[in-house]
Amino acid sequence: MALPLPERAPDFVRRLPTPPLFLLRPVFQQLMAGLLRRHPRMFARLGEYGQRTFLIDPVDMPVVFIMKPDAARPRLTPHGRGEALAWEAAVRGPLLKLVSMVNGEEDGDALFFTRDIVIEGDTEAVLALRNAIDDAGIDLVEEVEALLGPLAGPLAALRARIAPLLAGLERLRAGLARTREAKEGTPGSKTERPA
Amino acid sequence: MSAMELVCPAGTPAALREAIEAGAHAVYCGFRDETNARNFPGLNFSRPEMEEAIDFAHGRGAKVLVAINTFAQAGNMKLWEQAVDDAAAMGADALILADLGVVDHARARHPDQRLHLSVQASASSPEAIGFYVREFGIRRVVLPRVLTLPEIAALNEQIECETEVFVFGGLCVMAEGRCLLSSYATGKSPNMNGVCSPPSHVAYSERDGGEMVSRLGNFTINTFAAGEKAGYPTLCKGRFEAAGRRLYVFEDPTSLNAVDMLAEFRDAGVTALKIEGRQRSKAYVRQVVGDFRRAVDALQTTGETARTSLASLSEGAQETQGVYRKTWR
Repeated sequence: MALPLPERAPDFVRRLPTPPLFLLRPVFQQLMAGLLRRHPRMFARLGEYGQRTFLIDPVDMPVVFIMKPDAARPRLTPHGRGEALAWEAAVRGPLLKLVSMVNGEEDGDALFFTRDIVIEGDTEAVLALRNAIDDAGIDLVEEVEALLGPLAGPLAALRARIAPLLAGLERLRAGLARTREAKEGTPGSKTERPA
Repeated sequence: MSAMELVCPAGTPAALREAIEAGAHAVYCGFRDETNARNFPGLNFSRPEMEEAIDFAHGRGAKVLVAINTFAQAGNMKLWEQAVDDAAAMGADALILADLGVVDHARARHPDQRLHLSVQASASSPEAIGFYVREFGIRRVVLPRVLTLPEIAALNEQIECETEVFVFGGLCVMAEGRCLLSSYATGKSPNMNGVCSPPSHVAYSERDGGEMVSRLGNFTINTFAAGEKAGYPTLCKGRFEAAGRRLYVFEDPTSLNAVDMLAEFRDAGVTALKIEGRQRSKAYVRQVVGDFRRAVDALQTTGETARTSLASLSEGAQETQGVYRKTWR
């Protein structure tokens, strides 16, 4: 029997050694600069919340990120898990869930209800960030393609080739979820209230 | 018989476009200030965004209903009056209003503007609705979620305006426009400031073992065990100890889904079906609006609606038909 796509990376991935951050930092800084260039409305919508420092924690990865979405000086830096970091608001969740939320494929509140996403610290800032990103229409794959410049062509070609496979896997995952829901019965309905 | 109108939420311009592309007949949204009851950070429309949104919707045959549905503050009517004047000038298809003074301003200054009465006005009797219709020419009332299906049918026999009912989304504690719980805990309320449980007063923390604690102001709202489905941090959905039991004293964390009842709403004389969720993402809007549009179309063409479960998007991952099928005392 086929298995649904894993929703988080295997545990060992998180425990991998920290990758060389000095190589990653310019890449993520460029990614952030690209976001500012291509999605200025997102930064405008954020307003004062752009001054907050966010911890973005993909819980199944060996690195975390500090982000300051300040239109004047946007910052996105990767850090090792062991580093002591100062932040005002944190968003934690498996990488694929975070990406799907940024890409507008999954609903942030629903991910909160199912406990896939955890938030800490300044809730107001997290909400503002979530709403601004949702409105911006970001596609992280496109952002990476833009970052790669001349190398983007082969990546786009690869993406086009695997798109049908990903769509098929998603249909399979949705089908399995429906089967599981049917087996477990329809979701509970409220039938009584305390007297 | 014409199809019922599907009225869909949009907290951002992107959500508005998504709603219309998914089949919304009408979208409701508000300005980025305290005049609308979803005044959350990062949400809502600037004046230029609202103008663009109305153009976008009209170009695709959809309507835009502008919610100016908080209660104006004494001595500061200007913000609400300006919102009414701007929305009318932009060509909004209807204004959704709650405050009597704001309704009066809209009727006096914009006599041809279609006006809807917000759920925040909490008008649920023929007498109350009749007053708004007679005095202000209200064309539609959004019914508070306090009425059973037979009560809605009976009401429609006695009033001379359209009715709009909620069919999906988060549930209030059945006292819309009169709820003081958020105000009690934080000093801010949906009625006056457009925020229920303002995020500035919400805090989450994780304990060892994966427990999550949600707090609102000085109140612990809930403690969710590891893996337990969570709900919004509102007092009405809080889990407290009462009479020796730990329970949801007011309401369970659950969302309304009345998709199975569309034929009954039609037969009860309902004109429009409202989906809650201006604070939700465009992913939510896409899925919920798409599913409900298919259900409305299927009802129109085949007389039946296919069951659709949107539990994965629901608070606490649970659905209810709420008070429409009242099963409790």
